[in-house]
Amino acid sequence: MLDQSRAPVYEALEEMRAEKLVPFDVPGHKRGRGNKDLTDFLGERCMSVDVNSTKYLDSLGHPTGIIKEGEELAAEAFGASSAFFMVGGTTASIQGMILSTVRKGEKLILPRNVHQSIVNALIICGAVPIYINPQTSRRLGIALGMALEDVVRTIQENPDAKAVFVNNPTYYGICSNLKEIVVHAHAHGMQVLCDEAHGAHFYFGEGLPVSGMAAGADMAAVSMHKSGGSLTQSSFLLCGPDVNADYVRQIINLTQTTSASYLLISSLDISRRTLAQNGVKIFEKVQQFAAYAREEISDIGDYLVYSDDLINGDSIFDYDQTKLSVNTYDLGLAGIEVHDILHDEYDIQIEFGDLSNFLAYISIGDKTKNIERLIGSLYEIRRRYKKAKNPLFAYDYVHPKLVLTPQEAFFAVKKRLQLSQAVGEVSSESLMTYPPGIPLLAPGERITQEIVDFIQSSKEAGCVITGTQDITAEHINVLA
Amino acid sequence: MAFWFAENHTDNVTLNILVDEQLYSQKSEYQKIDIFQSREFGRILTLDDVIVITEKDEFIYHEMLVHVAMAVHPGVKHALVVGAGDGGALRELARYDSIESIELVELDSMLVEACREFLPTTAIGYDDPRVKVHIQDGLKFIRRLEEAYDLIIVDSTDPFGPGEVLFTKEFYGNCYKALKPDGIMINQHESPFYSYEANAMKRAHRRIKESFPVHAVYQAHIPSFPSGHWLFGFASKLYHPLEDLDPVRWQALGIKTRYYNTLLHQGAFYLPNYVKEMLGES
Repeated sequence: MLDQSRAPVYEALEEMRAEKLVPFDVPGHKRGRGNKDLTDFLGERCMSVDVNSTKYLDSLGHPTGIIKEGEELAAEAFGASSAFFMVGGTTASIQGMILSTVRKGEKLILPRNVHQSIVNALIICGAVPIYINPQTSRRLGIALGMALEDVVRTIQENPDAKAVFVNNPTYYGICSNLKEIVVHAHAHGMQVLCDEAHGAHFYFGEGLPVSGMAAGADMAAVSMHKSGGSLTQSSFLLCGPDVNADYVRQIINLTQTTSASYLLISSLDISRRTLAQNGVKIFEKVQQFAAYAREEISDIGDYLVYSDDLINGDSIFDYDQTKLSVNTYDLGLAGIEVHDILHDEYDIQIEFGDLSNFLAYISIGDKTKNIERLIGSLYEIRRRYKKAKNPLFAYDYVHPKLVLTPQEAFFAVKKRLQLSQAVGEVSSESLMTYPPGIPLLAPGERITQEIVDFIQSSKEAGCVITGTQDITAEHINVLA
Repeated sequence: MAFWFAENHTDNVTLNILVDEQLYSQKSEYQKIDIFQSREFGRILTLDDVIVITEKDEFIYHEMLVHVAMAVHPGVKHALVVGAGDGGALRELARYDSIESIELVELDSMLVEACREFLPTTAIGYDDPRVKVHIQDGLKFIRRLEEAYDLIIVDSTDPFGPGEVLFTKEFYGNCYKALKPDGIMINQHESPFYSYEANAMKRAHRRIKESFPVHAVYQAHIPSFPSGHWLFGFASKLYHPLEDLDPVRWQALGIKTRYYNTLLHQGAFYLPNYVKEMLGES
């Protein structure tokens, strides 16, 4: 047992500050003195620890001192065999997982509703995606988790696959049956990789879905900066016992900066210490906030607030109670419209809105009075804007027609077409609606009429289309 | 031992009041509550070191908060006061026999207790049998109610602490919903003079305008408040604050006031040009 009250990176920085070391090294702002405007903006305390890797402060790419100790503490706190401080966001953690696990031409089994960063990692490494149809709920208008039966069948059909990728949970808080997926994957010699961009709290709270490491997964990419409280862009990459952590470090170092920010690293170190010591209490409070808001918003009427009632033992194996996901179909408004009204009229910024849902992110930083404001505003939005329901948006999962690997298609010679003219062509780029950032097309896939239609209606509803070179997404690059 | 209580009105301006005794000092879940005995202003209630009321000039504030609406609306039966644990608004409302129920929603029970013990001048308002107190968040209380009140008085502290919620659009909108079709909402509307309060004042006015068809601002002179120049908001679903003023009806009630009268009522709505400009009504 290590002493989780320690935070070696933080302690070393405090010591450095106290010693008033004279800096003749980078960064050139020298504790902020060389950039008054920035120091006025960010504060002296912040600038004074924006320092560079040194012999005393260790190095993120080659840790032997305080960073190594901090990573060991983190590994223990998360129940992992090893942990990496990551400064390139959870995107970097995702790339680290995928590049460490599948090589060019090898197969990765994954649900279609993965984040863009996963498809991008496939472009970089050249692996072949084997998509699983995430179950969808027509009523909620979202993709759910994977049905266990689908995972088992896909594993059997692709015995040469190297790994299975799982969202734990989805953006909306929905979990697949991770433990059973791990059992089946391991039985076939496949590793299990978890995207825990929205699951850092699973490691510390009680009464929450199982975490990747606790379920026996091999690697997990954990956004500490979301529910874990660290600075934006900081993340943890966790490895289980059967992963060669030294190889993972080499992979990470391929793309990781050699000037890693100590603001980010120390924020991971301190946040890990906080959660290891007080996580149970913290997430109990978050769950209380969320439960209160869930009950009150449900009472308004026309807002369907996700709860554990949704759990169906399979595609919604578990639900993350800290997530305040709300379906707005009965209100006659798109989730994105509620998002915009909250922002424009009530000075409230929520996490996202899609065609029929919005998500208000609840965390330890919340205050009761702000939760009251959110609830009060939702009462007003219903009173002022409620409309007749639109017909449910008919989107059925279309199995992607993979023609080439994402890497082959992305780097291929291409031509630019009007989106509406591109039916039947092979896309060389990704295309997704944002929110919630799930690919409609990945490079290498045949473009269908259904997809073009869905893109059109997403646009009309106010969703942003991203991924294409053409920022307006009027055009798409296809294989020449 | 006498000492000086100092309140910063801006970073560069301070009001000092000689105080003989600190009668009460506690930190509640929401704020720091202090009550002082002063020579010039009598007892003074401060929240987070900001004066809320003094015994010497609270009559100006409370009379203007209550009687303006009461002289316009011909039939207030159900009144709600949001905030204001001191009881002063209740005291003024209780002077009308025609009111059937007076409810108070106040977040901080400790504030209510402190006022009842140390500020008898205003807390006497609690003694009226029609008064019912709810210890709750104002927005939470009101959001479930529809067409329940004839008059809502928002007697909030500044919008920089626990009172913040009472300056939001969602709060005003929910007040609109909780008022009867001819209901009136009066609110403490900050001051136009120093930029800190003036910005809050402009924001509040913009949000009230978005929520109510009839809206106006009126003024009073309250010496213990920053700059002494203070504003109130009159927002209504139907009645106009001047056109629907009924001086004869109000005077017939025989309510003895020290600040308010029906002529002053009319004058209070005539604002200085710089204030009109701030309100976008020049």
